[in-house]
Amino acid sequence: MLDLHIRQRLGAFTLDIAFTAEERGVTALFGRSGSGKTSVINAIAGLRRPDAGHIRIGDTVFFDSVRRIDVPVEKRRIGYVFQESRLFPHMTVRSNLQYGLRRVPAGERRIAFEPVVDLLGLGHLLDRRPRGLSGGEKQRVAFGRALLAQPRLLLMDEPMASLDAARKAEIMPYIERLRDEMNIPIVLVSHALDEVVRLATTMVLIAEGRVRAAGPVGTVMGRLDLSAVTGAQDAGAVLDLTVERHVPEDGLSVLAFDGGRLTVPQIDRPPGAAVRLHIHARDVIIALQPPSGVSLRNTLTATVAEVAESGPSSADVRLAVGGSFLIARITRAAVRELELAPGRLVVALVKGIAFEPDSSGEASDRRKRVVDV
Amino acid sequence: MELLTPMETTALLLSLRVAGVAIALGLPVAVLAAWVLGRYSFPGKTLVDGLVHLPLVLPPVVTGYILLVTMGTKGVVGGWLYQTFGIKLIFTAEGASLAVAVTSFPLMVRAIRLSVEAIDSGLEAAARTLGAGPVDRFFTILLPLMAPGLLSGAIVAFAAAMGEFGAVITFVSNIPGKTQTLPLAIYAATQEPGGDAVAARLAAISFGVALMALMLSEFLANRVRRLIGQV
Repeated sequence: MLDLHIRQRLGAFTLDIAFTAEERGVTALFGRSGSGKTSVINAIAGLRRPDAGHIRIGDTVFFDSVRRIDVPVEKRRIGYVFQESRLFPHMTVRSNLQYGLRRVPAGERRIAFEPVVDLLGLGHLLDRRPRGLSGGEKQRVAFGRALLAQPRLLLMDEPMASLDAARKAEIMPYIERLRDEMNIPIVLVSHALDEVVRLATTMVLIAEGRVRAAGPVGTVMGRLDLSAVTGAQDAGAVLDLTVERHVPEDGLSVLAFDGGRLTVPQIDRPPGAAVRLHIHARDVIIALQPPSGVSLRNTLTATVAEVAESGPSSADVRLAVGGSFLIARITRAAVRELELAPGRLVVALVKGIAFEPDSSGEASDRRKRVVDV
Repeated sequence: MELLTPMETTALLLSLRVAGVAIALGLPVAVLAAWVLGRYSFPGKTLVDGLVHLPLVLPPVVTGYILLVTMGTKGVVGGWLYQTFGIKLIFTAEGASLAVAVTSFPLMVRAIRLSVEAIDSGLEAAARTLGAGPVDRFFTILLPLMAPGLLSGAIVAFAAAMGEFGAVITFVSNIPGKTQTLPLAIYAATQEPGGDAVAARLAAISFGVALMALMLSEFLANRVRRLIGQV
């Protein structure tokens, strides 16, 4: 487990960050540009020394200001995928991949060359120079290079920020494969909510150098007080569902979770597969009774859990649906007229569903992903 | 008929040897200086920078004179070398190498430093995260990437070293077969009655060598740039 607490003066503000991350999965450090996210992973890698605090993975102490421990970068064995890939221009892709691998004693190599090349689809690029590669290919090589250095933790600093939407859609599945098939914890820095929702298991929300919230993605996203931090436009809940069945004649799929079922345009996943949906607050409507004679098909029985103002005329309502949460953004007038207060039974109507690009196979363009259902 | 007279051959070979030894000895120091000046800041950096570049602006005669005073058999350093190791630099080809090494040093440092500064320091950070220590990084990342500057710097400095006059004649004098390099031989020829033809031939040789060196420098630098994936 990664256990971290660092304090560091950064120009105008002080970074004061503490969190823990599991041995498996992706921990996303999410926040706006300039919130201090990258400084955190630079401290983990050892590229910047914090003023005070500690950084530990399991029993290994990398930094401890009290005990005066500061392991040099090259001895930490923490992989780092930089935003601009930073491949060595004078080496072939093969030599780049082997750079870290060669510096690990043979007996400590758990991750072998060939499987990584296969996992990342690099076989046809091995003899080429980085100069001729596309942005997405460069990043894949950078993933492989970091992975083959046998890291106990993999850091990724906005690995998709310099890529266009199509390249990003091409890279995401590879990160998912790293997450699911390699037993290495990943700490991902991102300011793009769609990346976090799709890839992260744990989310650490950072604003002005402080941790505002940390926990499972669904829990953090379901909190009303954080919508200003996550971005008002993107406010909404995250649901983890499984594919129950497909209805090919209508081109629909039925997804189930502990709060009920959602029908969505057919997705390319087998029944039983896990699917994560980001349901925007502006796409959720609240009714007191199940409506009749409307085109909306997704109605869920819900209980109002919390109501909070979110703008001059709007309010966010957190709805408990089974053990999960949805957020609805409605007018304050509607809150008053429907007498919405914690404990009130309502019906949540889900107007549109934003698919993360993997489920539809489409490029990550919101227009294409949102379908009224 | 031979292409070159024995005297011309002697002067040419001596010049090549003097310049070759000077570059071979000066290059590692120049790489070190370029690396330190291009990558690190430290107190007194401006002074070090100035000292490195001094031979570029100082009259070569002054450089030769300073060497004469310090490296002569009675000088502080030269005296010690002579007493301890029996090494005599004054009036020798080795002394000539030292003189041209000093005057051509800034040319090498400048060229190499430019290529060091052009190397993205992020690459070194990446190498660190992959487990490479400082020496490892120097040889696997910095040295290959500074190779174009290193090559062209060395060759241009070599050509300049072949042509150095003032520092050589002041420090090691003008002894045929020992310290008389091409420019010194040209000077000697012009001082003799009827030596114009000799001087002209020697000048033509100098011209050819200098031009070849510059062309070779460009050619090799381009090859190396391709080799390290810059073009």
